[in-house]
Amino acid sequence: MIQVILFLVVVVCVLVGVAFFTLFERKLLGYIQLRKGPNKVGLGGVLQPFSDAIKLFSKEHVSPSTSNYSAFLIAPCFSLGLSLLMWLSIPSFFNLLSFNKSVLFFLCGLGVGVYGLLAAGWSSNSKYSLIGCLRGVAQTVSYEVSLVLILFTPLVVTVGYELGSFSSFQENLWFIFIFPAAGLIWFISCLAETNRTPFDFAEGESELVSGYNTEYSSGGFALIMLAEYTSILFMSFLFSVIFLGGDCSFFVLVSFGVMAFIFVWVRGTLPRFRYDKLMYLAWKFFLPFSISYLVLMAGLLSMLFLGFKEC
Amino acid sequence: MFQLMIFTPLILTISSVVLVLSLALSKKSKMNREKSSPFECGFDANSNQRLPFSLRFFLVTIIFLIFDVEIVILFPAIQSIFTSQEFYWNFIFISFLIILLGGLFHEWKQGSLNWAI
Repeated sequence: MIQVILFLVVVVCVLVGVAFFTLFERKLLGYIQLRKGPNKVGLGGVLQPFSDAIKLFSKEHVSPSTSNYSAFLIAPCFSLGLSLLMWLSIPSFFNLLSFNKSVLFFLCGLGVGVYGLLAAGWSSNSKYSLIGCLRGVAQTVSYEVSLVLILFTPLVVTVGYELGSFSSFQENLWFIFIFPAAGLIWFISCLAETNRTPFDFAEGESELVSGYNTEYSSGGFALIMLAEYTSILFMSFLFSVIFLGGDCSFFVLVSFGVMAFIFVWVRGTLPRFRYDKLMYLAWKFFLPFSISYLVLMAGLLSMLFLGFKEC
Repeated sequence: MFQLMIFTPLILTISSVVLVLSLALSKKSKMNREKSSPFECGFDANSNQRLPFSLRFFLVTIIFLIFDVEIVILFPAIQSIFTSQEFYWNFIFISFLIILLGGLFHEWKQGSLNWAI
């Protein structure tokens, strides 16, 4: 029972964090583009996310006449639930759900997350939605391979699938200093996996109107946005757990904030990629690199361990 | 595991309750045939929306399927470091990865990774 309450606390905190992350993003994008962000609601715009939420939830819900209605409604719920469920796998100070296969758990969550995208795009039965969801699915799926293979490199060091054990291996030296290239590629794959800006082909608003969520309005749109930002926050938390220390201290929150900042910074800086270049980046650069890096690291580590054994 | 079996329906219930709340609270208006038609720029959509899509997307998914299976095969290797000798573990792991890399280069050479045909 206490765990259910703790879990609900985590869910509420994540949702509030997502609300303020949208405000943070809008403010930051504003200052990047030399203008002020939202600064009217509340004290300097602090209450802006709540007014956004009230606006979104009280808008009219349009149901397209040609859509497959049940799938159209289930898809946002599914993606939001899935990205909130992935938060269970983080190592928590309160020992929320300590299970030792948490890496496998969030990888399963990432893999299933494609279905929410696919259902949202397919069921709304519009050309823009369908093209957006096809692009998003192909992109998410191909970056997932390099994401997992890059993750193997720290996993070979920590020997196990527990995210909580990453902190004990990084007390003296962070993994980002041991595997800098792996950290960089992991971050870029995270950007592509969450459909963030240099790779936001699922909602290329200059070509497809809004991509896979063209037909959504009010509640469905709000849920899709919440799901996206929840997975962005989860990815930045995961980066700070895997590569930047990751012990349950104040510092992990700082590095988490820095990672979320970098996500927004990339959005404010880089233009959109080209789709074939995106695919080449995934299959012809990241995948060979991650496999050969894993070969190098496995060989190096076992050489070290064999050397230790003979001493 | 038992807790996960509680949490998964719980979180799906929470998100669907949020959607139902928004459906109940949102502004109601009469449905219009034009308004509820799929989005187009100024004309009626009269053709089928579910167009045949480019085969590249399908082929990319097929290649993904192969590599995903390889990843699933790789996963037990990490857990079995404890129960195997270092030399044999290392030999098998690295030769598997090199076969994987060779397969990738073969696909690359055959041109199945090219986006534009």
